[in-house]
Amino acid sequence: MSDTPTSGGGHAHTPDPALDTASGIAAAVRAGDRSAEEVFRAHHERVLAHTEADVDLNVFNTLTADEGLAAARALDARIAAGDDPGRLAGVPIALKDNLCTRGVETTCSSKILQGWVPPYDATVVERLEGAGAIVMGKTNLDEFAMGSSTENSAFGPTRNPHDPERVPGGSSGGSAAAVAAGYVPLSLGSDTGGSIRQPAALCGVVGVKPSYGSVSRYGLIAFASSLDQIGPFTHTVADAALSLSVIGGHDPADSTSIRSAFPPVLQHLEDGIEGLRVGVIGELSGDSALEGFEPEVLARTTAAADALAGAGAKVETVSVPSTVAGLSAYYMIAPAEASSNLARYDGVRYGHREDGVNTRAMMAASRTAGFGEEVKRRIMLGTYALSAGYWDAFYGRAQRVRTVMIREFDEVYANFDLLLSPTSPCVAFPLGEKSDPMTMYLNDVCTIPSNLTGQPAISVPFGTDDGGLPIGVQILAPYGGEVDLFRAARALEDLAP
Amino acid sequence: MESDPASQTDDGGAGLTRDDVAKVAELALLELTDADLDRFTDQLGAVLQRAEELAAFDIADVPRTLHPQPLHNVYRPDVVIELTEDQREEVLANAPAEESGRFKVPPALGEEP
Repeated sequence: MSDTPTSGGGHAHTPDPALDTASGIAAAVRAGDRSAEEVFRAHHERVLAHTEADVDLNVFNTLTADEGLAAARALDARIAAGDDPGRLAGVPIALKDNLCTRGVETTCSSKILQGWVPPYDATVVERLEGAGAIVMGKTNLDEFAMGSSTENSAFGPTRNPHDPERVPGGSSGGSAAAVAAGYVPLSLGSDTGGSIRQPAALCGVVGVKPSYGSVSRYGLIAFASSLDQIGPFTHTVADAALSLSVIGGHDPADSTSIRSAFPPVLQHLEDGIEGLRVGVIGELSGDSALEGFEPEVLARTTAAADALAGAGAKVETVSVPSTVAGLSAYYMIAPAEASSNLARYDGVRYGHREDGVNTRAMMAASRTAGFGEEVKRRIMLGTYALSAGYWDAFYGRAQRVRTVMIREFDEVYANFDLLLSPTSPCVAFPLGEKSDPMTMYLNDVCTIPSNLTGQPAISVPFGTDDGGLPIGVQILAPYGGEVDLFRAARALEDLAP
Repeated sequence: MESDPASQTDDGGAGLTRDDVAKVAELALLELTDADLDRFTDQLGAVLQRAEELAAFDIADVPRTLHPQPLHNVYRPDVVIELTEDQREEVLANAPAEESGRFKVPPALGEEP
């Protein structure tokens, strides 16, 4: 296993480029060169140093340092006894706080779930721990994963490690910041419309949304079930490939899980990109990009396309017109599914309860007090889109446009192996800057198409703007196309400035 | 609910009225103040207005996509599992109120207990 160095610019807030990778830690721990306890303590100390030095990034909702330390010691004992604890032996990890952890509070950064302790682990948590990973804590998010800045958390915003006055992106902002700040080399997030890739771009780390159904959603608290996927944040593309090969593959507990192993991304990581056909999405790049893209973001994407061409890929611009309407389709479909999924929070079996004279009054009071503003907005939008008289005009139409989009991407992929675009139209923005919901939603324009189509996509750091803020480039692939996706991402990582 | 007559008109874009939002909130079991209603009417109207661009697509013969995969139902044997006392307690530990091993709620009908 290669210990790939992390990429990183030279600006003030960039974490130490010598930061550990998951692959490097696991190799050292399995070989007996480092103890899991020492690794865990070193990472935990980074967290404490930040929180105590008044630069608290508010990354974690819950720290599980005591349990983690005990797990690390147990793992060291197994190694001493000649056991191999697995491919992520001793790797400290962080989990978005919408992933169920048995015995550890899981809140979705919502008042309505505050104090809820799941009686079971998500499949991804079982698989990571089964491979020797050790949980450092649960990370902050936009409430129920609804947002693009992690400002919609009931527990306050997470701050960007590159500039604490700016957002880390969202909704998996805590998990992105946890890796960027060097707290852990690997974290998990969930991506419904870009919630892994956009914060990865804004925090300067790698983030992946795999093909829908390739990673089990069992134990991921549902937002929009036909769009949600779990994926990793890492410093390197190799670590992302490693983690997905651990968490991916069929799970009988998720009825939408596909019945095959995760594609062999690790085996083909170093295959290079000679001859790969890469299409740069015209609507999201260069002079033909929609309005609202920052020039430096477009420039980095062009530079990435040129670099791939220089390394042997066949690169040309391609138009994917329905990309533009993706945002509108998404903001009908996702809230509709959310309004249904979030109907379960009624104060009866778990979660926040307010008093009421009867059951209905109790439920309404509990939901009103428990949900934050953005969650209420989306529940109402979804309820409206699903209501009699509007169903066909909004929800039904959006689902048909979703079909148009899938067909269009299929046609494009007849001539291309991969597509390229920026991950986010902008770099990390100041806290509080985008207070209007519609302005915030526009952040997702590059990432939403992959969720609607179910196809995989990755964000790879590719330099910074003049102010030193990270810029991410997104590579997209057809359904199940993770092998080519990771080959190209691995190449792009080495070509990054 | 008090409402300003002027706001009975289409004021949120895409034909969305303040009354529509009040109705939706009731369906979704959310209680809104007058200020909430004003704000949400504007904000939801803006999203619906943008969604009107979807009308530009020729979708007459296009089927709906409910899911990115052509999924069929997945079945497993329907087996009754007996919970142990510990498991029952673990589940009930999260309940806001419980009694005799069951979830407790206020009366479902009427206002008096």
